[in-house]
Amino acid sequence: MQLTKKMRLDEAKHYVAGKLGVSVMDLCDSTVMRRLREELDIGVITAVAGAAKGLEAKARIADLLDVRVNCVERLRSKMGL
Amino acid sequence: MAEIQTRMGDGYTVSMTREEVREDLVAGSADAARRGKIPVLEPDELDYLFEMFASPSRIWGVERGHEAVLSKDGSTNSLYSAQLSSGVGLPLSREQAFRTFERAFGFDTMEIGHTDYSVKPSKPIVVLEQNHVEAVLHTTIIPVFYGFMPNLGLYYQPDGPFPNPSDLLPKGQIAEARAATEEALEVCYNDLVWMTEKMDEVGADGINYDTTASTGDGEFLATLRAVEWAAKNTHLAVEVGMAAECVLGFHGQLEYNGRRLAGMWPHQQMEIVQEAGAHVFGPVVNTNSRKSTPWNLARAITFVKACTRDAKIPIHPNVGMGVGGVPMFEIPPIDVVTRCSAAMVMIGKADGL
Repeated sequence: MQLTKKMRLDEAKHYVAGKLGVSVMDLCDSTVMRRLREELDIGVITAVAGAAKGLEAKARIADLLDVRVNCVERLRSKMGL
Repeated sequence: MAEIQTRMGDGYTVSMTREEVREDLVAGSADAARRGKIPVLEPDELDYLFEMFASPSRIWGVERGHEAVLSKDGSTNSLYSAQLSSGVGLPLSREQAFRTFERAFGFDTMEIGHTDYSVKPSKPIVVLEQNHVEAVLHTTIIPVFYGFMPNLGLYYQPDGPFPNPSDLLPKGQIAEARAATEEALEVCYNDLVWMTEKMDEVGADGINYDTTASTGDGEFLATLRAVEWAAKNTHLAVEVGMAAECVLGFHGQLEYNGRRLAGMWPHQQMEIVQEAGAHVFGPVVNTNSRKSTPWNLARAITFVKACTRDAKIPIHPNVGMGVGGVPMFEIPPIDVVTRCSAAMVMIGKADGL
């Protein structure tokens, strides 16, 4: 959010927390976020087979946060979407 | 505890009385306020810093809920490069290093950059650089920057074609030095725009103009114009990290949007970088190796707070070797690195580091 929308830290955290349906404190709680990330399939820190990786995860994050991700746009363009 | 163990600006341990630590905190902040014509730190802010330095804890951190975002200059070369980049010489490719930063070190963003980290040497190998950026864009999740230094110095003799102002100025050839700066910055600007466009082509998330204004106001002007171009013509996030706390006036008369660039302090640099269209600004405050870390940190935070107070874009102050209160030593001691980092967020109100 800082990079695409120039949001300051507090605003960025509230935006993401709102989109994910968690509290701002939850965003840096690895116990909460590890489970939530797997549930949303947006990439997890450990190597889990079948979980979204790299560009797959970014495409899902772009939709979830309603944010432009340049390489995801490029993929969509390559696919004629 | 009667004495407080902390560090000097060169990294060596020093024992100070509680009164000495307090005096240095006040004096450091006052020094920044005097130079930048900005407010000193508030009493409660000085209290936080004092209690932090007085704590015997080996490391320090932000309070829960105050976690900030990490961006980085110098790309992944701290893992694979040599001492010249504080590198540890690991036999890793840049892609491996990038993934290590994401997976093992928990970085929020990372860069790809040429080992010879300036725009001029990066140009001939741009296709290689684009491929490395594409590779990590496919395999990682964190935002991918491409980073380089504008480094106007490489455009002057003996490294480049233009007469060197550092040679001309001591001879009193001021007009010639200014003309050389003006000609060189045009070429540097064109290179910055060209490399930026190449990274936009492949879908990078951002571009990092690092160590900006290392050769003074001419380099700063070239970079500001490149930022303006990138903001208007690409989808890249633009981060501008500075080289030093004060912009040197090698030319002395250059302006951007009617404001003289020479002599600008961090809060003034922030205003003009923001005006040019940047997404993130990285102020630098230099460390004085003859002063204590309490003095250096209070001084650095005073400058940074003047940036974060008025900024409309995220501020990521540089907190590494020799800047942001951190001692000037290639393996900065963790007791003061963690204190400088945490205080920069808690008191300096930084959005990231």
